[in-house]
Amino acid sequence: MARPSWISQAARIAWKDLHIEGRSREVVYTMGFMAALVVLVFSFAFISGREVTVGPDVIAGILWVAVLFSGTVALSRTFDRERESEAIRSLLLSPVPRSAIYAGKLAATAAIMFLVELLLTPLLAALFSAAIAPHALWLGLLFLLGTIGFCSVGVIFSAALLRARSRDALLGALLFPIVIPVLLAASRATATLLDPAAPDLDPAFFWTRFLAALDVVFVVVGLWSFEPVVIGE
Amino acid sequence: MSERALRLMNVGKTFGRHRALADVSLAFLPGQVAAVLGPNGAGKSTLLGLLSTLSQPSQGRITIGDEQLSRHSSLRATIGYVGHEPGVYGDLSAWHNLRLFASLYGIANAERRIDAMLARVGLQGVRREAAARTFSRGMLQRLALARALLHEPEILLFDEPGSALDPAGAIWLAGELQREREAGRLVVLVTHDLAAAAAVATHLVVLRRGRVARDETRTSFSADDVRAIYEEATRGKA
Repeated sequence: MARPSWISQAARIAWKDLHIEGRSREVVYTMGFMAALVVLVFSFAFISGREVTVGPDVIAGILWVAVLFSGTVALSRTFDRERESEAIRSLLLSPVPRSAIYAGKLAATAAIMFLVELLLTPLLAALFSAAIAPHALWLGLLFLLGTIGFCSVGVIFSAALLRARSRDALLGALLFPIVIPVLLAASRATATLLDPAAPDLDPAFFWTRFLAALDVVFVVVGLWSFEPVVIGE
Repeated sequence: MSERALRLMNVGKTFGRHRALADVSLAFLPGQVAAVLGPNGAGKSTLLGLLSTLSQPSQGRITIGDEQLSRHSSLRATIGYVGHEPGVYGDLSAWHNLRLFASLYGIANAERRIDAMLARVGLQGVRREAAARTFSRGMLQRLALARALLHEPEILLFDEPGSALDPAGAIWLAGELQREREAGRLVVLVTHDLAAAAAVATHLVVLRRGRVARDETRTSFSADDVRAIYEEATRGKA
């Protein structure tokens, strides 16, 4: 038996999750519904008649609040399929490095969240007349970095709560305080990019770099801590 | 098949202040079916957790041949495990479950091997796209065995594998254990079922309160032998 590379094992685990999600679309639908609901509730509060009275700061806040709540739904399901029938035991007994399991789960969860964010953006643009087009690629990069930062912590907590009875309630309580810097950086950068009157894009540069640095720290800590967390010893 | 023995040397395991295993020294040899028996709380599942590398001993050493068994060791790939739960993905079909694990283990000619394993466990006729969650308990246990044997492990660990099987399934499973023993594999079977142990065991270990109360090897055991050994070991002082 030729031992597959770390990357190919991680990719295989991610592909398995995406393959299952592609057939069931359970997480995408649940997340999408939750995200759309959050945006609609805010739109009822902020839009009166045909007049949109909110600025880019608020739109960025609404976007990342929607990501936070819908992302938590996705993270609470991350290890559901491993918990069912004890598939996690088979995975942990395989010769796959545990860090590759983490990377695979992170990649799959982030990909699903990123897809929902891309679908959510046009809704936000339509309801709040947000100027997305001028910096669409940059916004895409922010979504990606914000999602990786959020999921890198979330996958660890989701694994830690694998066998906890009240895991859905605990996940938010543990996750939200840790991901505040990610949400802060992502929403500040998004607000600058959505502001057509912004004098320059320096703040967006700063917060994007800050977000990338946070991602590196969180992913490295995640790769290192996943094994003791998931084994539980 | 390898000739390496699995040895436990003065192995202990504690969880906080609770001592689950103490001073366990055993040798399991290739070609044996070792049945590990004992009342609830005797430490059987803890022992299996240690042998499967999912748990680490608090004291002592576990070796396969000359190599120490540890969580990071490549020896993990030499172990196959079948538990009460099938350990497969309910959303994937039998074929796709085996394809996933074949790719994680790096098995060459995976598709041919998968087809052979499905035929061996009697699942070759199952529709290729049928999700495992639609399977009966017996079919899931067959799939679990196929998954455990896919990478041709040296050591097979079974944790109450027949607990949810009907009599026909239990007979089939006993036949498979026999077959693996004849193929030279070491099979360690944790069970409460004394009759199932008698049907296949060539090595009997009885645990009581985390210690080895009896460790006996014979060419075969009758059901009466197993019952007598078990009763004597669990009645006496551990």
